[in-house]
Amino acid sequence: MLEAALKGKQGYWGWLLFLLTLMGIAFGCYLYQYSEGLKITGMSRDVSWGFYIAQFTYLVGVAAGGVMVVLPYYLHDYKAFGRITILGEFLAIAAVLMCLLFIFVDLGNPVRIMNVIMYPSPKSILFWDMIVLNVYLLLNIFIGWNVLSAERKGVHYQKWVKILIYISIPWAFSIHTVTAFLYAGLPGRHFWLTAIMAPRFLASAFAAGPALLILLCLIVRKVTNFDPGKEQIRTLGGIVAYAFILNIFFLLLEVFTAFYSAIPGHTHSFVYLFAGLEGHAKLVPWMWTSAGFAVVALILLIVPATRRKEDTLAIGCAAVIISSWIDKGLGLVIGGFTPNPFDRVFEYWPTTPEVLITIGVWATGFFVLTILFKIAVSVKEEVGA
Amino acid sequence: MGLDRRRFLKIAGLTTLFGLGGKAAIQILAPGEVNAAVEALPLTEGKRWAMVIDTNKMDEKLMNACIEACHHEHNVPDLGNPKEEIKWIWKEDYHHSFPGQQHNYISEEVKHRNFLLMCNHCSNPPCCRVCPTKSTWQREDGVVMMDPHRCIGCRFCMAACPFGARSFNWGDPRKASKEKNPDFPTNQAYPTRSKGVVEKCNFCAERLAKGELPVCVERANKTKKNAMIFGDLSDPDSDVRAVLHKHYTIRRKPELGSEPNLFFIV
Repeated sequence: MLEAALKGKQGYWGWLLFLLTLMGIAFGCYLYQYSEGLKITGMSRDVSWGFYIAQFTYLVGVAAGGVMVVLPYYLHDYKAFGRITILGEFLAIAAVLMCLLFIFVDLGNPVRIMNVIMYPSPKSILFWDMIVLNVYLLLNIFIGWNVLSAERKGVHYQKWVKILIYISIPWAFSIHTVTAFLYAGLPGRHFWLTAIMAPRFLASAFAAGPALLILLCLIVRKVTNFDPGKEQIRTLGGIVAYAFILNIFFLLLEVFTAFYSAIPGHTHSFVYLFAGLEGHAKLVPWMWTSAGFAVVALILLIVPATRRKEDTLAIGCAAVIISSWIDKGLGLVIGGFTPNPFDRVFEYWPTTPEVLITIGVWATGFFVLTILFKIAVSVKEEVGA
Repeated sequence: MGLDRRRFLKIAGLTTLFGLGGKAAIQILAPGEVNAAVEALPLTEGKRWAMVIDTNKMDEKLMNACIEACHHEHNVPDLGNPKEEIKWIWKEDYHHSFPGQQHNYISEEVKHRNFLLMCNHCSNPPCCRVCPTKSTWQREDGVVMMDPHRCIGCRFCMAACPFGARSFNWGDPRKASKEKNPDFPTNQAYPTRSKGVVEKCNFCAERLAKGELPVCVERANKTKKNAMIFGDLSDPDSDVRAVLHKHYTIRRKPELGSEPNLFFIV
């Protein structure tokens, strides 16, 4: 099936070339980081994780979100999603790949990465995260590829694939639960030390993942002869709406507990993010932008007329993506480190090379995603789906 | 021990082959001799090392001297940039040493008093729990160790430490400015670190092995007797136990359950 990726129109090649350029720039920046160390980033001894780990966290959500098309199709026999499960699985592959790359570029000593396997440490959540992410990646590659090649040959996929599919569904929940545990089990980081972290992660994942999938479906319809389907997009819209409402609900629960209990440690990070602390307020405009887009998203997704109309649904989905990206990609990680364990505020802001490397990892993900989607769509066109 | 070199090497080699290590050969051939040699040094007998700092006896000058002695002993360079700063031992005021304990009407003297902080060598260390490569671990005597040769630089331990005791080598410490660090490395007997690894206070494990006190304690006591006390918490007759029995002491963030082994007399 790979040959399908080698045939394409000018726009396809132009897009890939554009992504390759971004990847090249990022690779150059990474070589610089590799030789100089992570001091070329904005991270410090106070905010010791930054943009990279935040993107990683966000993308685990996107990867887990793919299950929102797999689950209804295989567990509830919702036939309409059969048309797009492959898109969900391929999106998950690209997202997990980006996750692994973000972890890699964040390591101070990337050449020693195999130490995680050579000295397995079951007490470390990072060890388990490594396992669940890699297995999820393999599951999606196996399942996606097998189901798609069976579809191409006009036969039913083999029975054993079904077992893997059933495993992959709870597995999707596990990747974001374990990723939440990375944060939620650390003493002394009040912002993260909350039992609702995993549910909140899952809710935002099931909003952001399908929202991105809706936009991708609309693009696929526009640039290819394959139509993912009106009903499919409409059902996904409903899923995004429910998940995003839950996500905002969970966030407000956090705000209540922090401010009604009025325990300083619990409120400080929120105050820093939304109002600024001790004169430091770099993230305040971002967090309010996130809140603004959340309101737009909620309106467009809750009102039936705007949710069912594809133009307004697309705007709503874009708003979900922007809002949840700021929330998780900036607020969660930086907010958790601010104030630091000494109750002091040191602000973090990514540097240019750091941003370019980040863009490069995203470009790599979209490069893989484009090729996978091209293959999937070519098969769909071939069998006349 | 009535054993020729050839036979020793043979048995040592065989035991190594079976994964027992050369020490097993010594245990088989001359039981007790290695342990006896180690036990001859009193400071290596500890079961739970702990430190008490009498902050009434410390002053700015003495604290600076202790910091200087430690950073000299362990090749900690001055990087001149607070973001990249590496610190094994440092000063912090009351409010920021014990956040949550402060109030507006605290005595002026304590309010402005600085405290000497370092790794607490917790009995229940969160950093060791989260490390994905066992690069940081707790010894049987309680010292929380760090292996810079295994660390992958994920910095999970820094997120897990509630005390900000861990520093990361954001750049190459060996490239630290020559102006600020003219005689780096300051101690040829102690290894320098590379970029991309985490480091922290090791309770002077390399000195404990020789039966010497941690260098900060030695330096403090040189100027002021009993300003810092180091010893075995599990030994009811130790100096630290006597001091803890006599004075009211506080620890940083005890509510987190990590059980810090660094105590302060205020």
